[in-house]
Amino acid sequence: MSGLEVAVRLIYLVAAVCFVLGLHLMRSPATARRGNWLSAAGMTAAIVATVALVAAGGQTSEGGTYSVTGWGWGMLLSGLAVGSFAGLYTARAVQMTAMPQLVSIFNAVGGGAAALVGIIDFVRLSGEGAVTAGFSVPVVLDVIIGSVTFSGSLIAAGKLQGWVSGAPITFKGSRALNIAAAVVALGGAAWLVAAPSGWLLVAVVIASLGFGILMVLPIGGADMPVVISLLNAFTGLAVAMAGFVIGNQILIIAGALVGASGTILTKLMADAMNRSVIAIMIGGFGTGDTASDAGAGVAGADVRKVDADDVAIQLAYATKVIIVPGYGLAAAQAQRECGELGALLTERGITVLYAIHPVAGRMPGHMNVLLAEADVPYTQLLEMDEVNPEFATCDVALVVGANDVTNPAARRPGNAISGMPILDVDQARSVIVIKRSLGHGYAGLDNELYGQPQTGMLFADAKKGLREILAAVKTLVG
Amino acid sequence: MSSELLSNLGLFVLAVLVGFEVISKIPATLHTPMMSGANAIHGVVVVGAVIVAGLADDPFAYFLTFVAAAFAAMNVVGGYVVTDRMLGMFKARPARPAPAAADASSSAGSATTEGGAR
Repeated sequence: MSGLEVAVRLIYLVAAVCFVLGLHLMRSPATARRGNWLSAAGMTAAIVATVALVAAGGQTSEGGTYSVTGWGWGMLLSGLAVGSFAGLYTARAVQMTAMPQLVSIFNAVGGGAAALVGIIDFVRLSGEGAVTAGFSVPVVLDVIIGSVTFSGSLIAAGKLQGWVSGAPITFKGSRALNIAAAVVALGGAAWLVAAPSGWLLVAVVIASLGFGILMVLPIGGADMPVVISLLNAFTGLAVAMAGFVIGNQILIIAGALVGASGTILTKLMADAMNRSVIAIMIGGFGTGDTASDAGAGVAGADVRKVDADDVAIQLAYATKVIIVPGYGLAAAQAQRECGELGALLTERGITVLYAIHPVAGRMPGHMNVLLAEADVPYTQLLEMDEVNPEFATCDVALVVGANDVTNPAARRPGNAISGMPILDVDQARSVIVIKRSLGHGYAGLDNELYGQPQTGMLFADAKKGLREILAAVKTLVG
Repeated sequence: MSSELLSNLGLFVLAVLVGFEVISKIPATLHTPMMSGANAIHGVVVVGAVIVAGLADDPFAYFLTFVAAAFAAMNVVGGYVVTDRMLGMFKARPARPAPAAADASSSAGSATTEGGAR
């Protein structure tokens, strides 16, 4: 190793430390921004060092030397320019409600790039007839995982954006086709390791792309937090495999870190939905995107209806209010109204807390971002475990667009949500639920909370309901 | 198995364990920015695009290098920028540029009942 290679390896080490410390700083909102900068600095250093290594004709991991042609530079730099511009533009323009789509798109391009790196290196080495099993195994893993991530993430983004129906899409024989795609991808991969060939790689890529599409199509909109987390983990793995292919340590370390983070989030989300990851991936159950099965539900006569003025009086004269935002609030884009109401009550000296269930929103932690955008201070955003003891001492719990996660039936065995972690809303002295109808949530169960004596129902869309309450509170206290 | 492959495997496993350890301490409040930050980190694949460009010498490889570089650059640049944008929104106290102005607008809102709500 010459001085240059040693320097690059050391810079990779520094970059890896920056990534880990950057993630570590994300433990608190006060330091998280600095953490992101640290991570970006490490990334810049790693990229600059690699460009220097390649430009100076340094040693490759196989012992050859890099020699970039004019075309090589041209294609690399123009690709980087186009991609940077696209990334910058989308990152600046995206609405916070559209974050899950954007993360999905970034998963897609990251996974796609990882697969392409593997493909390019395989084609080059197989041209030289120098493919060994130690090389081709990571190549096929990289190409399979990267391609599945690419097509799967695009479908997921399409579902979130509404370009592809959010409802589970299945057709006759779709499951059989999916299994066939998996068999072709894995069989082709095994064959390729035994007898390397470019055509087998093409077959593996096509089968993997098909598998990615067929894997995500049958999954319903409400399961998207799990799917995005899983695809995030896949992208990390694909990047790590690309690192094995080209013998590059920073790709391996960074990919492994992301793979771990995606895996943890996948597990957390699945637990919070009371379902196994396998059950979600097999799919065909979670539609939940609209949850508008009107008509059904708790026997209509048993619920107490309230209007916005009643709610305003209760809120304005409370000392402690807990707002429980759910999927319905995100769907109605009512986070601004919600934040405004919270701020108004806070100004009156009322203690206002937000109870955030892990799956409120369309990706892990999404609700927090939406409320942060609506100027809700993060000190008021409490996680489930922190907020649950608070319900017993609160005067009013205001539930906006959350259903299953507030259903006390989860504490009893023998139903679809038994054992699911829930918010203890039923322990509040008074409960207000803003909801369009008595329709069922995603689990298709009656919510026992609605029938309880302390609960009042305000039948309205989340946005409209919150506006009415806001106006009523302002008149009352003005 | 070469010794290089073995040491890379060791690196991979240890990095996964570090990842589990670091990530599991991040509060749910920050899960979306953390995920988007992790997303930016897997944009490190841009390093891989640079390396394959260093060895590319035929039109097919050039073309794929272009696509890989564009994908990876979009991932890394967009990932960091959007994460920063999101984290900039997390504030400990509500943003009230001028308290007096806020009071004025809220009393104006209550006078007309409508104006302040939107």
